[in-house]
Amino acid sequence: MQIEGRSALITGGSQGLGAALGRALAREGARVVLVARGAEALARVVDGIRAEGGDAHGFAADVGAKEDVHRIAGAAAALAGPIDLLVHNASTLGPTPLRLLLDTECEDLAQVLDVNLLGPFRLTRAIVGGMVLRGRGLVLQITSDASVNGYPNWGAYGVSKAALDHLGRTWGAELEGTGVRVLTVDPGEMRTAMHAAAMPDADPATLADPAVVARRLVAIIREAEGIPTGTRLEAARWTPPRLQPMAVGAALPAVRS
Amino acid sequence: MKTAAWPRERTEEERLLVVDPAAGTMADFAVADLPSRLRAGDLLVVNDAATLPASLQAQATDGAPVEVRLLGPAEEDTWTAAVLGAGNWRWRTEDRPAPPSLPVGCVLTFGAASDDPSPPLRATVVAVSDVSPRLVRLAFDRQGDALWSAMYRRGRPVQYSYVRAPLALWHVQTAYASRPWAAEAPSAGRPLTWRVLLEAKRRGIALAAITHAAGLSSTGEPALDAALPLPERFDIPAETVAAVARARAARGRVVAVGTTVVRALEGAAEANGGRLAPGEGRTSLRIDRDFHPRVVDGLLTGVHQPGESHFDLLQAFAPEPLLRRALAHAEHEGYLAHEFGDSCLILPRSL
Repeated sequence: MQIEGRSALITGGSQGLGAALGRALAREGARVVLVARGAEALARVVDGIRAEGGDAHGFAADVGAKEDVHRIAGAAAALAGPIDLLVHNASTLGPTPLRLLLDTECEDLAQVLDVNLLGPFRLTRAIVGGMVLRGRGLVLQITSDASVNGYPNWGAYGVSKAALDHLGRTWGAELEGTGVRVLTVDPGEMRTAMHAAAMPDADPATLADPAVVARRLVAIIREAEGIPTGTRLEAARWTPPRLQPMAVGAALPAVRS
Repeated sequence: MKTAAWPRERTEEERLLVVDPAAGTMADFAVADLPSRLRAGDLLVVNDAATLPASLQAQATDGAPVEVRLLGPAEEDTWTAAVLGAGNWRWRTEDRPAPPSLPVGCVLTFGAASDDPSPPLRATVVAVSDVSPRLVRLAFDRQGDALWSAMYRRGRPVQYSYVRAPLALWHVQTAYASRPWAAEAPSAGRPLTWRVLLEAKRRGIALAAITHAAGLSSTGEPALDAALPLPERFDIPAETVAAVARARAARGRVVAVGTTVVRALEGAAEANGGRLAPGEGRTSLRIDRDFHPRVVDGLLTGVHQPGESHFDLLQAFAPEPLLRRALAHAEHEGYLAHEFGDSCLILPRSL
């Protein structure tokens, strides 16, 4: 899809991949609304984007809270116009250090599902109707390879991401023919606070820079019309159509995120 | 007529009275039947305005409690608002006491929100309307991100005294709400599910949108209520103008979902010498029995009763005796009225 002049809403926008994607989309001329719980960290990212001439807004809210969903949708449309691109990037690991399912409180699993599954579902519901009416729009869900592999200790997170993947497939099937696309992307392992919380012993040299992954997501967004809606893809393995069959994917590690 | 006191869960099962003004006939259906009442080539136009958290509690300079109902942005970063006196949503607006005098320069304090660390929101009265001293223009102490955040943290949708419990934003949004422009919900579209809308599309019925800043239904102040609806802003996308032209060419009917869509489309045509043109505008068009619609052929609306301005508007589409007969029928059949009530489709079978 065209990015310049379009409005994008990105959850989890105060750090890591969300902040990097906000910056990258603003550089491409999008009007960006970033959402995160922490108002101060969010304001720093927004100020940074504005300082380099980008059009950015921040809205402090919790995507896991039902009462915040229409606030996010309404404020974002007021600040940047009807949303063309919705990126579900916010997610929680649950309590860290990560623990076995046998040691996971059911309240903790419920909270992970609230943020990683119900939040994106509610926000998509609140925003995608307008997209269908306008006959265009893209919903991008950020997932993880923990959604397809049953890693020990990753149960709550993995279950939430597996369900998110399937949500993406079903949205894709239901919205087929409306002009609205839903893609689910595994960004791969990155040097982020979240990764450090999950795997504190990981060698940073083996992890991707979120800014590099963000640029790849921008390329995927730009080529979204060429990707079947409902698809789950790995950012590191995705090849822009122009460059096929060159192995661009080899540039990034394609392991756990 | 009985009132729907709470949003119903299965809106497709709500009732739909189909009135044909050309034939002078009516018949009972359900909302789920709407697509089958339309034909390929018809165009359904909805209002994609999302409902604002327009109702905010505040204190006047002397500490008196007031309720501010935001109407929408006005010039120079100000907002138009109606101010109600003490009391709460359980009171009918006409029973609410008058707010204290709110001269230019006085400050309203909205207080802190429990989940908002920012300082109390304040607004200064910068103008008072000739229509009513309760209709003012406010300059907030912040703009942009900070103002929208403060508003969404503190505001909630305008409430109705007949409703069972406080309404949250999700109770009043349509399935396609986009831009937060509406002071009160554009409620005609509330029962429409995406199953119904996509079924209509599948049958070759086109869908298009306008945005119209649906205003307040009542403030409780006679002079102000007599002036409603106030001039309201609208936006007609070029795609919708093209969709109307396509419907015309296909001899399809243009069906407005709600009186706000009628006001936007007819107001836009009125402002442009009778031809629909894209773009933003404001309309204070009053539509009644003497008005000849140029764009809209029929409408989906609630069940409106004589004395409501909506009832006057319906008379541009159907003669009053037929509307009164339809109302008597609806009452007899147990239809429910008001924002969460049943629906009525007024549409000629042929043009």
